[in-house]
Amino acid sequence: MVHSVFILAGLVIAVFFVTHLLGDPASLMLRPEATEEQRQALRESLGLDDPIAIQFGRYLGDLARADFGDSLWQRVPAMPIVLDRLPATLYLAGATLLVAVPLALLLGIISALKPRSLADRVVTVVALAGVSTADFWLGLMLILFFAVRLDLVPTSGYGGLTFVALPAATLAVRPIGRISQVVRSSMLDEMRAGYVTTARAKGLGERIVVLGHTLKNAAIPIVTLMGDEAASLLNGAVVIETLFGWPGVGILLIQAIEKRDLPLIEASVIVIAVMIVGVNLLVDLAYTLIDPRVRYG
Amino acid sequence: MSGVGGVARPAPRGVADDADRLAPRARPRSRWVYVRALGRDKLAFSAAAFLTLLFVSAVFAELVAPHDPARGGLMLRNTAPTTADAPDGGFPHVLGTDALGRDQLSRLIFGARVSLAVGFASVLLSGAVGVTLGLIAGFYRGAVDDIIMRLVDTQMGFPSLLMALVVLYVLGAGVWNVILVLAVTRWMVYARVTRGLVLSHRESVFVEAARALGCSDRRILFRHILPNLLSPIMVLATLEVATMILTEASLSFLGLGIQPPESSWGLMLAEGRGYVTSAWWLVTFPGVVILLTSLSLNLLAGWVRAVTDPVTRWRYLAPRRAAGAAVE
Repeated sequence: MVHSVFILAGLVIAVFFVTHLLGDPASLMLRPEATEEQRQALRESLGLDDPIAIQFGRYLGDLARADFGDSLWQRVPAMPIVLDRLPATLYLAGATLLVAVPLALLLGIISALKPRSLADRVVTVVALAGVSTADFWLGLMLILFFAVRLDLVPTSGYGGLTFVALPAATLAVRPIGRISQVVRSSMLDEMRAGYVTTARAKGLGERIVVLGHTLKNAAIPIVTLMGDEAASLLNGAVVIETLFGWPGVGILLIQAIEKRDLPLIEASVIVIAVMIVGVNLLVDLAYTLIDPRVRYG
Repeated sequence: MSGVGGVARPAPRGVADDADRLAPRARPRSRWVYVRALGRDKLAFSAAAFLTLLFVSAVFAELVAPHDPARGGLMLRNTAPTTADAPDGGFPHVLGTDALGRDQLSRLIFGARVSLAVGFASVLLSGAVGVTLGLIAGFYRGAVDDIIMRLVDTQMGFPSLLMALVVLYVLGAGVWNVILVLAVTRWMVYARVTRGLVLSHRESVFVEAARALGCSDRRILFRHILPNLLSPIMVLATLEVATMILTEASLSFLGLGIQPPESSWGLMLAEGRGYVTSAWWLVTFPGVVILLTSLSLNLLAGWVRAVTDPVTRWRYLAPRRAAGAAVE
């Protein structure tokens, strides 16, 4: 809990530092060819000639009201624009996890059951290739094959199953690679434990031993990694949303950067950060459900 | 670290115990032992060979590249890969040409310069900062440790790619800024690993002995503790080069990384994207090179980990007959 507060506070300070101290907001918002008078006028209207402490206070005040000012590009408050895009990002992340998690568990368990078998080696190599691929390139290859060559799905756009299939498949590859390997190694560790022998000795079926006993005990590192992956889905979706023209927060950030729309940029970064902190909190709560030894408060 | 770390095969039960008994006691005599061991592991050898080839061609790009990467020709626009001699009688455009008629193989070789330079420079920078802070945090403990680790934990929770994009928007794109931004977003990985390793060494006898001999803190840290941490840090750094190359590709793809006329693999993919329906080779080959580079770095890191780990090392370094018998 305390930790999440630190992350948010750190991010808020970092965003202020980068936009107000590292760069000059007036020059960031105006086109490079703007005159010095235009810049000065904007500086005055934004109060950028005030001492930095006062500017920071004002920034915090705006933040507390979730008011980032009007988007320069769309001339309406920035926050609602971002919130409007949020469902699309969550939809994509959800679809990705829905594909990635069961598949990763399955692959991880298969290779843990017979370590060093052919199946294990294949899974390991595929996992390694998955984490070594530039995800947007994989997306391009999928577009090339399924959308251009086979014409099965549209190349880009927002909508139902046919639209979400390619971006979700692209995003799922890295989590599948990473989660399956952690499932494998933590399952292998647990398989050596005495309770597994006990369970087998008392005649339990292999399925109950693997799914009911081993997997449950191996769950903590797996859930931790799933949380990490969910968080980095929200972060990494920028590239994939841009590639597939998926109208989420990520592509909004890229558009805002192209339009030099500072309020919109700040709003999208903060919203994604809040989402990530939220995912981390959920993971912490999941620990208490999985492992009765973990308690909070 | 966690994910890729899991890829190294844990020894099956019983093997590790046997290893302790069977392992030759003496340390390997020279580094030739490692070279010979590399020759025996096919996968790691191919990885090392590919990376060497890549390095040599990147360094000597002017000599290796069959064409001038900047010279195109409107007649040559989007030529498909071919083995026929180039129209000017030169080396065939085996990987095709891009929308400006520039030879793609040559562009890939010159792009390797930028991609590799960015990968290694950012790893050196973030590694130097992260390792130093990790050493300090682990050795001195107390308030310094608390502050550094709090900073590490906080930044770990940041959406790093988004922050990198925002910082590049503020600072402006370009090779140096990309290196700087990548280093700033990844230093904490080294700090965390180094601190953990220092904690396990700082109470050991050799540190106590060094202190009894009157060594200064700095000498203990850099002459006695640091050499013991080098191999895990090298493994991490190798993996990080792959991460950095992938991130640089993403940043360049989004238009906030490397800028023309410089070129990198990510930028080539961004430029080829417009021709995805008409020129498949433009979006295929740069990605294949990124994949091979990153895969090779991952494989090599796994091999270095196994070879430097005292528990698994003997299997790779022992004379062929003993090792062969034990591995099967």
